[in-house]
Amino acid sequence: MEQLLLPAIDWLAVLPVGLTSILGLVLLALGLFVDDDETLGWITLIGLAVTAVATACLAGQKSITFNGTFALDAYALFFDLLFLVAGIVVVLMSMTYLEGTGIPSGDYYGLLAFAIAGMIVMASATDLIVVFLGLEIMSISVYVLAGAWRTQLRSNEAAMKYFLLGAFATGFLLYGIALVYGATGAFRLDRIATAVGDTPNRTMLIAGVAMLIIAFGFKVAAVPFHMWTPDVYEGAPTTVTALMAVAVKAAGFAAFVRVFLHGFGGLHADWSMLLWVIAALTMTVGNVLALAQRNVKRMLAYSSIAHAGYILVALVASGAAGGTAALFYLLVYSFMTLGAFGVVAALGSVGEPNETLDDYAGIGFRRPLLGVTMTIFMLSLTGIPPLAGFAGKFYVFTAAIREGYYVLAVIGVLNSAISSAYYVRVLIAMYLTPGAEEHGRVARQPYLLTSIVVSAVMTVVVGVFPALWMQLARFGFLSL
Amino acid sequence: MGAALFLLVAALTVVAALGVILHPNPVKSALFLVVTLFLLAAVFVLLEAHMIAALQIIVYAGAIMVLFLFVIMLLNLRNDDPERGRRRYVLRGLAWIGGVALAIELALLVRGASVGSAGSAPAGYGGAAAVARSLYTDFLLPFELTSILLLAAVVGAVVLAQKQRRPTLS
Amino acid sequence: MPGVPLQHVLLVGLVLFALGLYTVLTRRNAIGILMGIELLLNAANVNYVAFARYSGAPTDGQIFAIFVVMLAAAEAAVGLAIVLGIYRNFESIDVDATHALRH
Repeated sequence: MEQLLLPAIDWLAVLPVGLTSILGLVLLALGLFVDDDETLGWITLIGLAVTAVATACLAGQKSITFNGTFALDAYALFFDLLFLVAGIVVVLMSMTYLEGTGIPSGDYYGLLAFAIAGMIVMASATDLIVVFLGLEIMSISVYVLAGAWRTQLRSNEAAMKYFLLGAFATGFLLYGIALVYGATGAFRLDRIATAVGDTPNRTMLIAGVAMLIIAFGFKVAAVPFHMWTPDVYEGAPTTVTALMAVAVKAAGFAAFVRVFLHGFGGLHADWSMLLWVIAALTMTVGNVLALAQRNVKRMLAYSSIAHAGYILVALVASGAAGGTAALFYLLVYSFMTLGAFGVVAALGSVGEPNETLDDYAGIGFRRPLLGVTMTIFMLSLTGIPPLAGFAGKFYVFTAAIREGYYVLAVIGVLNSAISSAYYVRVLIAMYLTPGAEEHGRVARQPYLLTSIVVSAVMTVVVGVFPALWMQLARFGFLSL
Repeated sequence: MGAALFLLVAALTVVAALGVILHPNPVKSALFLVVTLFLLAAVFVLLEAHMIAALQIIVYAGAIMVLFLFVIMLLNLRNDDPERGRRRYVLRGLAWIGGVALAIELALLVRGASVGSAGSAPAGYGGAAAVARSLYTDFLLPFELTSILLLAAVVGAVVLAQKQRRPTLS
Repeated sequence: MPGVPLQHVLLVGLVLFALGLYTVLTRRNAIGILMGIELLLNAANVNYVAFARYSGAPTDGQIFAIFVVMLAAAEAAVGLAIVLGIYRNFESIDVDATHALRH
């Protein structure tokens, strides 16, 4: 009987993903016995917070383990913390939102933990097999979460659309990886990076890379692979939409950036042209279509498409400035988007989504806290200083200009101007449109309001003191 | 001998796959897919991937396709008659053009490919022992991740398909 | 498989991919689309196994193929559960007929 030689394993590297997976298991098991949604929510919160603290304690560590397929570096930690914090905010939102929806909270929080585990794998993966598995752990969990509100037709439909398009994208991902493997003979990013220069099958490699762009394009909702986004974001439970718009997108970019800048860095001249076009299209189509929306949740879906475009601009620019700007923008984007969806969730109730602009009339005076925070999020999404959105766009466009992508930067700035129209329309509805009479007592939403306030505070803090956060993003990117 | 056998199996695979996409009756379409998967298992055997050929038949053709057929019959699906609308035809045309263009493009690209030739594979290549040795050492992490993925899928399927536990509050 | 060039094997994968793509784009019922996706996954699998066999016979390509089969199982389970749920609510799994989201 021959002995199997296990690879050297650095257990610290897999600590974040291990803890979140265990949390998921614990929640699934507890869900069978504990009937109180609030208790389960608190357990999830504590679990994610403990994981976040443990992850933060890993700062400064750097190792590659499991045969060079899984990295522990500042880049992975930056994204791990982003996912965990986004997860905490989403759980806070869910603790109010799930009431009365009939969504089984043990399963819901368990799948949420698994989804985050998948994202963490994506951020750390230095091997296309591991990227693929992380992506699928995340996607499968989120397909189910999108359809978790089973009595709602639109939740069902969102799950089906998201699943079919996601599985379709997986087909492209797998075929793309196969072509890359054929051309370079490797799945590991470092081996791919060395083989990229002298492969005899350059065209095959380029075709594989193009297919990977399609697959990641679906995940981050870039035009023209965005068709599913509005329907799915609108139909899914609002808390899941927030998770999809923020964490899923960030995870997509985490893997995208690592694979393309690390693995295919030598092909930058080839893929940056394609991404240039996609970035320009994504910004423009997202913003222009958002103008036509009367439903705020749907409008935010288009807005999230547009913001993926800004991040793609940073990716096209590449280099230290572009990469850092991409990470910083994701951080900024996460808080303002989480907050905005939080407000949407706060205004709706079971059976009454209250998502159209008409429903927002007069909200600024009836619900002052929601009015003020929504104003912060909308202005930040537009890019008004001193809020975080301005700093994010500033760094992205500066990076683009520094690398010589003037036209792209101009398109981006023009798009920002367009976007102000639909963001400001929400403010007009909230403050300048006379609203309906007060109908009934407003439900108490302590957790949801906490999540909104946290997002608002972060949006302001990151905007006023961008240097510190920029430094974190730089550490993260340079550790790649 | 090997070459002739491969050509035969490959041709049959394509015919069976055409059956999948052209047959309007979902049950027959699924059965064609089962045939396709069996023939692909034969291709895998010819490529000396014996373990995968076995998995292809046991897991894919056996378990997954049975699930498909089960759901199709449970839902009592009728023919997927494409409506005769113009939009359908346009889409169909686009799909054909896209598919054919992609195939030609990739075929051209594959023609130029120069990957080593198939010498004789090492003894035991593609067998259970070789695959397992690799799976439990070099690919230990992906293997463990698979367990999370499958668990999430199982839980997810139960969440979505079970009877509603608690009614919605009125 | 001496005597068969790699290109011929890749061509099989390619044809399956194109056919899968066609199915996904033209079928209207969710299960039909899902079957098209199975074709896409198998197309990729043929490539993995073929590339591995023709480039000095490393095992890694075959291992990836195993993970793909595993993924197909997971996707089928979740996908069919979603389809069942939809059917209960809509009495139809026609992708165009579900219009809760088309205002």
